[in-house]
Amino acid sequence: MKFQRVAALTNKEVKKTVREPAVLFMIFLFPVVFVLAFGASFGGLGATQPVYTIGVVNMDQANIANYTQAFIGALSDTKILSVQVYGDNQTAQNDLSQGKIQAVMVIPSGFSQSLASYCAAPEDPSKWVNATVSLYLDKGSVVATQAMPPIIQRVITAFTGQNQQPASPISLQIASLIETRQVSAFEFMAPGMFTFASIFLIMMVAQSFTQDRENGMMKRIRITPTTSTEFMISQVLSYMLIALIQAIIVFAAVYLVGFKPNVEFSSYALAFILVLIFSLSNVGFGLITATVAKTSGAATGIAFLFVLPQLFLGTFVGASLSSSAQIVSKFVPSYYVTDALTSLLLRKAAATSPTILFDLTIVSASCIAILALGIILYAKYYKI
Amino acid sequence: MNKFAIIMESVVKRFEDVVALDGVSFKVAKGELFGLLGPNGAGKTTTVNVLCGLLKPTSGSAFVGGYDVQKESAKVKELIGVCPQETAIYPYLTGAENVELFGNLYALDKNTLKARRDMLLVKMGLTQDAKRRVEKYSGGMKRRLSLILALIHDPQIIFLDEPTVGMDPQSRRAVWDFMGELKKEGKTIFLTTHYMEEAEALCDRVGIIDHGRLIAIDSPKELISKNEVKNLEEVFIKFTGRKIREEL
Repeated sequence: MKFQRVAALTNKEVKKTVREPAVLFMIFLFPVVFVLAFGASFGGLGATQPVYTIGVVNMDQANIANYTQAFIGALSDTKILSVQVYGDNQTAQNDLSQGKIQAVMVIPSGFSQSLASYCAAPEDPSKWVNATVSLYLDKGSVVATQAMPPIIQRVITAFTGQNQQPASPISLQIASLIETRQVSAFEFMAPGMFTFASIFLIMMVAQSFTQDRENGMMKRIRITPTTSTEFMISQVLSYMLIALIQAIIVFAAVYLVGFKPNVEFSSYALAFILVLIFSLSNVGFGLITATVAKTSGAATGIAFLFVLPQLFLGTFVGASLSSSAQIVSKFVPSYYVTDALTSLLLRKAAATSPTILFDLTIVSASCIAILALGIILYAKYYKI
Repeated sequence: MNKFAIIMESVVKRFEDVVALDGVSFKVAKGELFGLLGPNGAGKTTTVNVLCGLLKPTSGSAFVGGYDVQKESAKVKELIGVCPQETAIYPYLTGAENVELFGNLYALDKNTLKARRDMLLVKMGLTQDAKRRVEKYSGGMKRRLSLILALIHDPQIIFLDEPTVGMDPQSRRAVWDFMGELKKEGKTIFLTTHYMEEAEALCDRVGIIDHGRLIAIDSPKELISKNEVKNLEEVFIKFTGRKIREEL
């Protein structure tokens, strides 16, 4: 294999992306414009009522009059919350940072004593023993931060006497939101924007291959000593490079708009690596499209068969998916990329945390498999 | 040492029900300028594609530079330069960038590539436009650039598939002169054309192909004198009963 050939073809492909206005728009401008417009319009919609998993850390060993267990039972009775009890706060926080649960509630040691004091003298606040329930929320979930605090507040209110009195010895402290600023809807969508932008490479790859076939360039390159391996490596490298440039541009755009994740450099590095790995599957899907499509026009249409599921099931667009759609989304690579990016950039999960490693494994395996399938199919029907 | 640069032996090429080449056999000597004449759809481009290794013959065999085209295609690709019928050039690259790309695909070193690029751009009259993107070139300029891409690596055997189609008379004359220079350098040139005057002016020998069959092969002078006609056009009419350009 000669690197000179690979470099020349990679250089050519990058120049094409930069110099052709239609390609330039589709790869770099369209995703950002679309994301901003679409995200602003539909980002918060949700058709069905989902169930949110809340981790409960019970520090109240006294459990006077079984108040604590009754309170936990009341949370479950809402049908909106699925309660998962943890033995310690650290384990619960780890699961929260990896997106396994949407919130952690810490019931303080004096909780049951506080409720007992309230029940003994409901009309005399001077005799109440105050307690504060801490709530930690998943900053990577728009529903967790917006929907869960009022739900829990209503449970507390209902639990302390089924009345409308605002006074209660139990107060809810939303730890995550007190400690940090409010996360905007735009920021919730930001990790998905990286995935969203990269998906459009499918169309570009498919068009590039079909156009080169149509205008005889593929045939012309086959006459040269360039091998199939050199050609395919150059294509993969060039689209990985384009994906990297694209990710940098999208990052700059979302940063300017207000997405400024306070995470370590390793998290940023892994985020970009994930986008690069994801671009392999887009090259693969592009090759599959180019295999099926006879013309570049047809390639554009057929590419949407791969673009749309990835788009709606695996990016920020899928924030309000139904439960059945959420199950289907587990079968598209973009879901795992967005999930990992959300964990890294919003939930501040460590790069070595199990969820990130799981997502990384799934993304790597699926993307390499899709790329291999694309190359095999294309090579079977069209010589490279 | 084999004195033939190109050998085709009983090559048949079928595309489903269509027989594109029907038992074609011929030999082209080293240093010869050989022309394959015929109307559109006669099998000229299929012949070139088989010789370049782009198409696998249904039966028969082809050798270029002494190598079996199917079994030793990598060696054949090092020897040949091909100017295809379609103007296959990247429109978003400049003329010079297209030339450099193909020079790199042939793994030329930097100095050789630069020297060959500059020399060929001068000969084809494209130096002034070398830094312009090809999408702004005229049809004739694109054809001349396409020829440069085929010759950038100084190949020993050159396949030119209708190289002057769409060119203005001045450009065509420049290409003819250049082909003459290549022949003087000892290159073997395989030219397909449906311009009879081009074949008469340039070729040492011509083969006339129609409906995938090679119906005559000889020097233009011999073909004209043996058939007692005035030119190659009349030779074609005598063999097929129609003019070569009627089907254009």
